[in-house]
Amino acid sequence: MVDPGLYMTVAAVLFFIGALGMLVRRNALVMFMCIELMLNAVNLTLISAGRAMNDINGQVAVFFILVVAAAEVVVGLAIIVAIFRRRSTASVDELNEMRG
Amino acid sequence: MIDFIWLIIGLPLLAAILLHFVGRYLGEPLSGWLASAAIGASFVFALVAALPFFDGGAEASTVLLWEWMPAIGASLEIQWDPLSALMTLVVTGVGTLIHVFAISYMHGDPRFARFFTDLNLFAASMLTLVLAGNYAMLFLGWELVGLCSYLLIGFWFTRPSAAAAAKKAFVVNRIGDVGFMVALMLVFTSFGTLTFAGVFERAPDVLTTGTATAIALLLLVGAAGKSAQVPLYVWLPDAMEGPTPVSALIHAATMVTAGVYVIARSAAIFELAPAASTTVATVGAITAIWAATIALAQRDIKKVLAYSTVSQLGYMFLAVGSTAYVAGIFHLMTHAFFKALLFLGAGAVIHAMHDEQDMHKMGGLLKRMPVTGFTMGIATLAIAGIPPMAGFWSKDEILASAFERGGWFSFLFVIGLVTALLTSFYMSRQWVLVFLGEPRWSEGVEPHRAPRLMGVPLIILAVLSIFGGLVNTPFRYTLEHFLEPVFEGISVQHPPEGIGMFLILAGLSVVAGLAGAGAAFVTYRQPASSWQRFEEGLQPLWGTWENAYRVDDVYGGMLVAPGKKAAELSAFGVDLPLIDGAVNGIAGFFVGLGARLRPLQTGYVRNYAALLLAGAIVVVAWLLAGGL
Repeated sequence: MVDPGLYMTVAAVLFFIGALGMLVRRNALVMFMCIELMLNAVNLTLISAGRAMNDINGQVAVFFILVVAAAEVVVGLAIIVAIFRRRSTASVDELNEMRG
Repeated sequence: MIDFIWLIIGLPLLAAILLHFVGRYLGEPLSGWLASAAIGASFVFALVAALPFFDGGAEASTVLLWEWMPAIGASLEIQWDPLSALMTLVVTGVGTLIHVFAISYMHGDPRFARFFTDLNLFAASMLTLVLAGNYAMLFLGWELVGLCSYLLIGFWFTRPSAAAAAKKAFVVNRIGDVGFMVALMLVFTSFGTLTFAGVFERAPDVLTTGTATAIALLLLVGAAGKSAQVPLYVWLPDAMEGPTPVSALIHAATMVTAGVYVIARSAAIFELAPAASTTVATVGAITAIWAATIALAQRDIKKVLAYSTVSQLGYMFLAVGSTAYVAGIFHLMTHAFFKALLFLGAGAVIHAMHDEQDMHKMGGLLKRMPVTGFTMGIATLAIAGIPPMAGFWSKDEILASAFERGGWFSFLFVIGLVTALLTSFYMSRQWVLVFLGEPRWSEGVEPHRAPRLMGVPLIILAVLSIFGGLVNTPFRYTLEHFLEPVFEGISVQHPPEGIGMFLILAGLSVVAGLAGAGAAFVTYRQPASSWQRFEEGLQPLWGTWENAYRVDDVYGGMLVAPGKKAAELSAFGVDLPLIDGAVNGIAGFFVGLGARLRPLQTGYVRNYAALLLAGAIVVVAWLLAGGL
């Protein structure tokens, strides 16, 4: 059995890759993928922690997160497609109408 | 019959509502005739309904129309007894004549229909007041007549003086109304009800002298406001800004007598408060002589009549204060006849003189308008107390009752007698100045005879002014018997018994009347230069009277100016900086805060994400550091 610490490390690395991508990329689609990456990093920690502590709740939580993430993807992608159709671009830097 | 008694109020009210909506389409003179017909029908109905009282023996009855607030005895209920019947007959009878007169007088006014709407509304309000079976409904009518008075004084509201006069009447009346309202509260706390039946029957058991005096004095405050007594009389002379029929109906014959009516109606309470009654009589006597002296020196034909009305109302207060309630009501009735006649006559004169009201610019009008001249002459004799005119009998009964009461009232009797002299002088002065002597008309004025529609009411009122007094003479107290059921169980002051005493007292007042009239005739029959010298000779007294003792200036300086100061202070010293300041300050604070926080919203997703991440890191760091 692999040490849970390794899983945690991988998860942390994945999370920070996602967070970094979120901060530096401009393409809405790529930023979206970064969010998915962070989500799945968290899933990984939940599963490995559940496994290490012999608690099924960790895996149950992951299922819920997957379902919610799927729903979120549907809405998010639809918004991105709609914006792209209207503006012919998916760059978030051009979408700053909400500036105060 | 009695079940339909509400029609007396209902007919004028209905006409008022109808005229309000369709009056402008009916136009002139149809809307005037409709209004006259409504109040005329009321009069006929009231006359028929009052017939049983004339036979004597008919019971007073109350008719409940609508339970308004049963818990406090405030409902719309009509009390039909000889007193309310008499008041109703005076209001509707004189009212009808004045309505008819006004059709002609208001000819050509652009708001002709609106005038009759207001006039009918007034009639309905006044009838509500006199027919009320409890104090709440009475107060309702009391306030409504005040409103109508305001509307009609300010009928020509484009004239600033008319608008100001209307406002003044309203405000001064409010002062009296406060007293009246507090009186009603006291009545309610003492009796638990406001109905006349419930209050008057139990008054001797429930009221202590102190409470009775308090209620009576507060009622006097209200009555003094409505009936223009010292010190609240100042609105009535200004009320002459209204059209003359309004002055005749509201500010001479009916509304201003409401105070007298209320005191007579509340006789059971005043019975228990002799001190309050004495106060009423004293206020009345002071008002009578005070206003009479002012009337002496007035130049405006309507101002003379206005101060004369105040003075005559003083007589009525003297009467009801001496507990001579019948005499007070009697004078109320005769005064309604001859004062309405005087005002209508003055209206006809003003009409003929092209809106000239200064008596110095009249004179010699008898030849031009004989009907007006003679009828006004009759009214002048009536108010001067020359027998056998109506005013003689009623005024003499008041003076004789005060004399019979004795003590302090003997002094008031003397004041009344002097006032009779003054009254006769200023009224004769007016008549001579207007109708006799050389014409002093302004250029271009061509007086013409009054139209027939004006003449007929004048003649009817003149007949009433001659014979109206015969209903209650020392030889035959018809009115006294008529009103007996109303004042059952209340000691009413009577004139002295016996013809001898009557002849002495009547002789005194007749001598006073003749002396005043004679003096005025002798003085004012002469050329203008002569009587002008006479008036000059009486300076500075004459000027003081002409300026009405400068009471308006005193009130203006003592009450109105500080009131305005206080209003300004609270508006610009308190309201604007403090209250508005607090509200605007709070709003301003948040506007500023928002402006400062706005740059946080950059609109770039990555900024939000970075902040989110930073927040998450802080939370995690805190947890790792052993938080919670």
